[in-house]
Amino acid sequence: MNTTAPQSAYFIDTKKQEINIHTLAVVAENQPGVLARIIGLFAGRGYNIDSLTVSETEHEKHVSRFTIVTSGTEKVVAQIKAQLERMVLVHSVADLTVQGNFLARELAMVKVCGQGDKRVEALRLADAFRARVVDASTDSFVFELTGKPDKIDQFISLMVPLGLVEVARTGVAAISRGPEGMKG
Amino acid sequence: MAAAEEMMTGAEMVLRALADQGVKHVFGYPGGAVLPIYDEFFQQDKVKHILVRHEQGATHMAEGYARSTGKCGVALATSGPGATNCVTGLVDALMDSIPMVCITGQVPTHLIGSDAFQECDTVGITLPCTKQNWLVKDVNDLARILHEAFYVATTGRPGPVLVDIPKDVQFATGKYVGPEGIIVKSYQPRTAPDEKAIAAAVALIATTKKPLFYTGGGVINSGDKASKLLREFVALTGIPITSTLMGLGAYPASGSEWLGMLGMHGTYEANMAMHDCDVMINVGARFDDRITGRLDAFAPNSKKIHIDIDPSSINKVVRVDVPVVADVAKALEAMIAVWKQAKHQLDPTALNTWKKQIAQWKSIDCLKYRSNKDVIMPQYAIQRLYELTKDMDTYITTEVGQHQMWAAQFYRFEKPNRWMTSGGLGTMGYGLPAAVGEQAAHPKSLVIDIAGDASVQMTIQEFSTAIQYKLPIKIFILNNQYMGMVRQWQQLLHGNRMSESYSEALPDFVKLAEAYGGVGFRCDKPEDLDGMIKQMIASPHPVLFDCRVANLANCFPMIPSGKAHNEMLLGENVTDEQVGTAIDAKGKLLV
Ligand SMILES: Cc1ncc(C[n+]2csc(CCOP(=O)(O)OP(=O)(O)O)c2C)c(N)n1
Ligand SMILES: [Mg+2]
Repeated sequence: MNTTAPQSAYFIDTKKQEINIHTLAVVAENQPGVLARIIGLFAGRGYNIDSLTVSETEHEKHVSRFTIVTSGTEKVVAQIKAQLERMVLVHSVADLTVQGNFLARELAMVKVCGQGDKRVEALRLADAFRARVVDASTDSFVFELTGKPDKIDQFISLMVPLGLVEVARTGVAAISRGPEGMKG
Repeated sequence: MAAAEEMMTGAEMVLRALADQGVKHVFGYPGGAVLPIYDEFFQQDKVKHILVRHEQGATHMAEGYARSTGKCGVALATSGPGATNCVTGLVDALMDSIPMVCITGQVPTHLIGSDAFQECDTVGITLPCTKQNWLVKDVNDLARILHEAFYVATTGRPGPVLVDIPKDVQFATGKYVGPEGIIVKSYQPRTAPDEKAIAAAVALIATTKKPLFYTGGGVINSGDKASKLLREFVALTGIPITSTLMGLGAYPASGSEWLGMLGMHGTYEANMAMHDCDVMINVGARFDDRITGRLDAFAPNSKKIHIDIDPSSINKVVRVDVPVVADVAKALEAMIAVWKQAKHQLDPTALNTWKKQIAQWKSIDCLKYRSNKDVIMPQYAIQRLYELTKDMDTYITTEVGQHQMWAAQFYRFEKPNRWMTSGGLGTMGYGLPAAVGEQAAHPKSLVIDIAGDASVQMTIQEFSTAIQYKLPIKIFILNNQYMGMVRQWQQLLHGNRMSESYSEALPDFVKLAEAYGGVGFRCDKPEDLDGMIKQMIASPHPVLFDCRVANLANCFPMIPSGKAHNEMLLGENVTDEQVGTAIDAKGKLLV
């Protein structure tokens, strides 16, 4: 049972409530319009999308999986989850952050241009981050790197002084640890 | 029995699917992109087509039809402007949870995306206006999608859906499948309540000293059984009951526990009881801001039970203690069973004290208004309309404004599905076409739209539809020559500066009725009112009744924006100065 006092819809002071980042996994029918509906929900109701990835996961069943990283107060995130769940084409939604204990990974491709010491230093750091060289020319590299988003952030910031040219990131894919699968 | 799979054209499938879904009436308007479907209408007589005058009218007719029958309403429009004209009705139905299937034509598939003549992205435009929508690209999917559309519109929390059918798909031949066994894998709304939640709810009710039922449109949507169970539960417990605008009629206005409507223009006793209750039992309502007023002062000392079929309604605006996600009828049935089994009874002394307190609030007679011998007071007009029609088989719709609130306050509803109004969206122009839809469903009943002089002009052309199909709707206009509700807010908020709220150049409604081929009445004297209302009722034709009422009357009681339930403005003795200063700076930002 809940004992917190109701807040005013008119004068809601969201600043007082803590805003947290949540990672949601959404399993939905792979049909036209699903992505538009999900994005429209976030835009229309004023929710944040920090990152969104989507791909078909089970071809025969026409099922796609979305990983959405969003931020909001506990109440707002619970509302986002409920709004996603009620969508006709959505099978199920899991708040991985609330469930706890999940893996989140992202892939990045990072283009770095430089010569001499800088080039050597970039290679050395790439090795330390277990980034692979997927393209090279005499004065450039493209590194491929997977990992937690903050690891990628860190790698990118290290590359800035070494001649960072361009970054492409996939956004987060996430899954819970342990034997249990998502329902739906 | 017909074979499960038959070959036919897409246009034939539309008519066949409508017939298989038991649809009797479709409200529509033709155009290039739906001509194949219209050709099929011509060649059958199972489904009756009602030709509207504007597609918005078709959607509101479908809503009125749905609300008064509990079935799904169907609207049909062509591509482009036909589809965009449907948007208001779709959103209206979404906000008020009305089951509706809207079928639109689309340019042929190979032209989609080319800015073809009368092309628009109907599915894109209506995405946030529908519970679900589909663009059908393959005729072999069409029948299944149509049946899914009816299924989605009518189950769970009902709502509008749209099926967009390109013209080539209407011409193409494919396999028809019937409605049997249609499921949408990803969509299985929960309707049965969780036993633990029911037990917790009943246990909480059993301990209460100042309980209150707060019921809403969900009771009506759940069906007749829900209203019966609600009445039974109220009788069993003796708990007082109030309702939102959308829920009127679920519990009879003549019932002993009835407190009247609550909210911004609700009764003093209902709002005070809400403010002071210790256990609130929300049955199918959604804590709308017209109901709660200032949320941090909303029923501050209450524990709250919330029964709703839509999990996203739970804790959306108000934190509740016991959520029950279920169909209202199923939840009430389970609660009554547990209540009876446990032989619960509320503490009679406490309940008695509570009811005495309520009786005291009631005794101030908050709906009292200054009566007038020379001018028809709008409240009086509704009272007379009620007295003269209450023993008849009557359906009431409204437009939006003061007249709507007076209708809710002064017309007394005894049964569900008799009261149709645009609650969530507040759509002026809803009532007249909604009345046409209802009259189509109930040709022998008395269908009255309680209208305003401004609202009625938004969809007045549907009067012509009523004439064409001999649907004898009665449009009872409370003509105050103002957008009264706007004027009232200007008085409350903007120093009584009536910017653009005067109804300039009003038509002569009597002549207008006659021009359409209907009957017009005008009444401006209280002593003539009864006689003319009787004539209106007796008329076998569609009627426009121009009831000239006091121009500057305000609708009270009122909870000013940003105020709590116990800070109501009452009508009779309120001074103009109090009206002018009732809302503070913060409240002015609100609507
Ligand atoms: C389509 C639409 N436009 C504008 C409004 C805003 N609005 C609410 S009430 C109202 C005035 C209604 O005037 P009238 O129909 O004469 O009713 P009265 O309040 O005078 O009874 C207006 C403009 C609305 N609700 N709907
Ligand atoms: Mg008016």
